[in-house]
Amino acid sequence: MTNAEPTAVPGAPFGAPGTKRPLPSRALVLKIVSALILFGAWEIAGRVPVSLAFPTFLESMGALFRMAVDGTLWTAYAETLQPLAVGVAISAVLGIAIGLWVGLSDFFDWLFSPIFIVMQAAPLAALIPLLVLAYGIGLTSKVLVVCIMAMPVIVLNTAGAVRNTPESMKEMGKAFLASDLSIILKIIIPAASPVIFAGLRLGISAGFIGAILAELKITPTGVGDIITYSRSIADYPSMYAAIFSIILLAVLFLNLLEKTEAVLFKGNQRGYVSD
Amino acid sequence: MDMSQTKTVVVDTVPESAVSTRNISKNYGEVEALRDLSLEFPRGQLISLLGPSGCGKTTLLKIIAGLLEPTSGEVEVNGKTVTGPGPDRAFVFQDFALLPWASVIRNVSFGLEMRGVAKSEREDIAARYIKEVGLGGFENAYPHELSGGMRQRVGLARALSVDAEVLLMDEPFSAVDEQTRRKFQEDLLGLVQNENKTFIFVTHSIEEAVYVSDQIAILLPRPSRVHEIIRPSGFREKGADNIRRDPEYLDIVDQIWASLRTYVE
Repeated sequence: MTNAEPTAVPGAPFGAPGTKRPLPSRALVLKIVSALILFGAWEIAGRVPVSLAFPTFLESMGALFRMAVDGTLWTAYAETLQPLAVGVAISAVLGIAIGLWVGLSDFFDWLFSPIFIVMQAAPLAALIPLLVLAYGIGLTSKVLVVCIMAMPVIVLNTAGAVRNTPESMKEMGKAFLASDLSIILKIIIPAASPVIFAGLRLGISAGFIGAILAELKITPTGVGDIITYSRSIADYPSMYAAIFSIILLAVLFLNLLEKTEAVLFKGNQRGYVSD
Repeated sequence: MDMSQTKTVVVDTVPESAVSTRNISKNYGEVEALRDLSLEFPRGQLISLLGPSGCGKTTLLKIIAGLLEPTSGEVEVNGKTVTGPGPDRAFVFQDFALLPWASVIRNVSFGLEMRGVAKSEREDIAARYIKEVGLGGFENAYPHELSGGMRQRVGLARALSVDAEVLLMDEPFSAVDEQTRRKFQEDLLGLVQNENKTFIFVTHSIEEAVYVSDQIAILLPRPSRVHEIIRPSGFREKGADNIRRDPEYLDIVDQIWASLRTYVE
């Protein structure tokens, strides 16, 4: 029975809510299978070994477990999460705010867009010495590195999405007496939200890269310290465990973001009504 | 004595205008979209704006809605000059303009929400109009789960729910399939009869205009002007089923096509 039953609604012969959505459990199975394949390949590559500096998956997990038990990992994350959390929070809030502004006004577009385009294209690692010169080796510089990595894509995505809000939706708002603020809050932002969230995802993953980059290039602290130190004493399982843990954290965070979006803007998942 | 009586009768039978446009001109830079256009829209009637594409009918509708500003001239709704959108007018959009992230009931109550009506009250009103347009049971569905015709019913319910005196419809049925469109047209006749509202209806379909309208204003392009106003009289009382084979209906359709054909590229 693939055909929808005819509905009793007059003048509405088609359009029973779709039922072809794949079951969530299938997506989960696929995720697990792909993770297993990846880890299996890692294990095999480590056993060959492709390089003496490349540990197996199980060795790395062992090191991760050891660091978690003796507390090294948690102390490291207490350090790394500071610039990461502050930087990502600033980038998200300020990035979306500036992006809205740039998207709504041609003047701010002219004023701000070039800055963020340059920021996005700049070779950050080469600029870090300049940041250190200006702001020292403390938290400020590290937060700035995270922001420089994370903010441009958030700003540019938000601005682009705002500019592309369907004209008829804004007209609809005006025709039904929405104030300018209501049009921004109830129409433009929700309409732009899929692209804003895409920008957030890209920006936040770049922020994770920035946080580690800062710890490798400015002063070795936190997770960056584990990576640098383990490498210097040839404790490769610990080094890969640290790298693995930061990737895992990023993936978990991005999944959380996706869930938030799905809850906030339910109907957006299936595209626009004009499609 | 007789003379004056005749006069009184004439004054009585000409209904008061709900909307009047006076000498409207609209230029987009060099391009003259509308020139010196004056029209009266009698209360409680459905008036169609019909013309070939590019004749400015949608422009005129949006000027009446207050969404566009005329270059010169003015629009009066119930004797008050229009300076922007107002609570006395509601709009039905060609592409529905529904909010895809909002359920049917939230879409329908959008206008009431913007007027500051409390949540429980506006949802009661919205639910009533959702039933009235035949979408009962779909209150919590999202637009992407509905067919084109059902989406436009949502757009119609949204416009009805704010209880505006004037309903502005911009080619509302052009994006739905032929069968749904016929059903819509029949429903619209009922709506004009039951609701005490003035309908201004933009369409490019001659048959649709003649079928649903009390008056048809034929607009001709470059620059736009009112070519003539047609008032079908005889077939409206014969019932929705008989209109399409009424000789007067067919004659008017032919007559309109004759005057429009030279303007269609």
